[in-house]
Amino acid sequence: MKPFTRLDGRAAPLHLANVDTDQIIPKQFLKTVEREGLAKGLFYDFRFDEQGQAKSDFVLNRPEYKGAAVLIAGDNFGCGSSREHAPWALMDFGITCVISSSFADIFKNNCLNNGLLPVVLKPEEVEALMDEAKGGNHVFTVDLESQTVTAPSGARFAFDIDPDRKDKLLKGLDAIGETLQHASAIDLFESKRALSEPWMEDA
Amino acid sequence: MAGKTLYDKIWDAHAVAQDGGETVLYIDLHLIHEVTTPQAFAGLRAAGRQVRRPDRTLAVADHNVPTVGQELGVDAVEDEEARLQLQTLGRNVADNGIEYFQMGDPRNGIVHVVGPEQGRTQPGMTIVCGDSHTSTHGAFGALAQGIGTSEVEHVLATQTLRQAKSKNMRVTVDGQLGPGVTAKDMALAIIGEIGTAGGTGSVIEFAGEAVRALSMEGRMTLCNLTIEGGARAGLVAPDDKTFAYIMGRPSAPKGAAWDMALSHWKTFYTDADAVFDREVVLKAEDIAPTVTWGTSPEDVVAVTGKVPDPDSFATPDKRASAVRALDYMGLTAGQPITEAKIDVVFIGSCTNSRIEDLRAAAAVAQAAYLEGRLVAPHVRAMVVPGSGLVKYQAEEEGLDAILKAAGFEWREPGCSMCLGMNPDRLTPGQRCASTSNRNFEGRQGRGGRTHLMSPAMAAAAAIAGHIVDVRTFL
Ligand code: SF4
Repeated sequence: MKPFTRLDGRAAPLHLANVDTDQIIPKQFLKTVEREGLAKGLFYDFRFDEQGQAKSDFVLNRPEYKGAAVLIAGDNFGCGSSREHAPWALMDFGITCVISSSFADIFKNNCLNNGLLPVVLKPEEVEALMDEAKGGNHVFTVDLESQTVTAPSGARFAFDIDPDRKDKLLKGLDAIGETLQHASAIDLFESKRALSEPWMEDA
Repeated sequence: MAGKTLYDKIWDAHAVAQDGGETVLYIDLHLIHEVTTPQAFAGLRAAGRQVRRPDRTLAVADHNVPTVGQELGVDAVEDEEARLQLQTLGRNVADNGIEYFQMGDPRNGIVHVVGPEQGRTQPGMTIVCGDSHTSTHGAFGALAQGIGTSEVEHVLATQTLRQAKSKNMRVTVDGQLGPGVTAKDMALAIIGEIGTAGGTGSVIEFAGEAVRALSMEGRMTLCNLTIEGGARAGLVAPDDKTFAYIMGRPSAPKGAAWDMALSHWKTFYTDADAVFDREVVLKAEDIAPTVTWGTSPEDVVAVTGKVPDPDSFATPDKRASAVRALDYMGLTAGQPITEAKIDVVFIGSCTNSRIEDLRAAAAVAQAAYLEGRLVAPHVRAMVVPGSGLVKYQAEEEGLDAILKAAGFEWREPGCSMCLGMNPDRLTPGQRCASTSNRNFEGRQGRGGRTHLMSPAMAAAAAIAGHIVDVRTFL
């Protein structure tokens, strides 16, 4: 996993609540056996019409938001299907931070496991950032170390993040490696379990 | 000290180690399918890691499979990428010694139908699957959660999941559901009440007289939809109904092991003095047959009600979403929801494709048929059983004959039009009465318009040709 420390970049505002992972990456792109190359399917039905032509009014298609690294979205972003293709697609497109007033739990975990930073702010702070993101010609700063988002006007908002998750993001650590440090505890758990719940062993 | 909730008890029984704010939680059962696993197995291989407990892992083919011609196996899959995904799963399970119910095997079906049907799902367990509707298995008093592909890889490698504990929430439904009102209506009414983010960060335990009165199938429907309320998982405490359902199934404990398991399972309930972080109480009598009008599962309305006015929503984002939803759905504010004319009916998905669901649909079909009514001529109605075994049972009971006589298509098992990854899809503008769980834009096919409802309501809509109150059929 690539570490996330700080980013300076454009932010694209997406004024919609309850954006689900079907919208982030529609099903026809889930038939892949790879993690890469999903940018082409990101927000497909928002970005393209039935003939496959780019819709010029969708925020990520507008020239002023080209190369946006931050997405600012409405409440309950990433609800629905557990597909990890959603953060993979966002990252493949170049978005490494999403700001919202809330995220669906599974989506949030999937982001954290891929080095994409989900930032939760208060609804009025999200509104303020969306306002500042208008026009697109600007730089937002997201700093994980200090847990702050700084808008072009200089307005700065602090966000919370679990300290362990933060540490893993900063270092780009793989969770499996960490858990395997507890291998002997897992072994012990299993051998106790084999005695107390033996029926589970011959399933 | 306050007592423990059911969730607390399962959690404590599976905590292997603490790592900062996260607990390493042991996983008893890992269900896998073709769509969310290829990258996980690739990751394992790249890191030279093994599957720790193939015996606690079970694989099915469900998301991509066509609902005809399954006896041909993978060759029945026309889409090349889908076929490759299924072949990749076949290779991965063979390389790792994981049990796999392939396409065409009568035991195969939708992953959340298969687990309980095989007796793999048991009370007090921790269960995960790379699919959000894993919450279904909570009906047995198991902590069952959907996970992403990185987490699938983590579970394959370590048989554990790293997680911070969620909050405890309880939804109590007192009283008795009226005639024609089902677990699906209860679930939709609950989501309408709490909203799609209402359960975020929580595990919801369902309690109360109306929940206890539900069959296991009904409890599965209820827990299945917990995820649409944003919760991490849903739970119903196990009771005699639960134990009776499990007994005798292929993977259920037998003989002396059964007695031992039973006394263990009976320890999984919420203590009387346990405290919940949040409580919601509903009255069963207030719940009518419920349908969705918009593009989020919280967009619910009683079948006797009207399409809401976007101006009635509290926040600007919600208002904007409602305007967009009405436009997408081709509906007008204030219109009675029964005016919505239906083109397609889909009875299936892990929410409602079990035997009881098919019986409910067949009962409506039969009542109509006896009055000389069939599926409306402009409607395509399909019934997709949740597994091969459900299909056989339904055929033994003659349900397929009733449904076919009334004009329904009788298909082979799989996720099918729930998400339309296989060829079963809506075309733009088509309106569907669906027993599935998501009415998102494009979920059932680009431009498709989904109204979620119970199997009986969907069957009634097929006959009437528009959304209709099933109680007029009873
Ligand atoms: S039936 Fe639908 S919701 Fe259920 S597992 Fe399949 S795709 Fe997911």
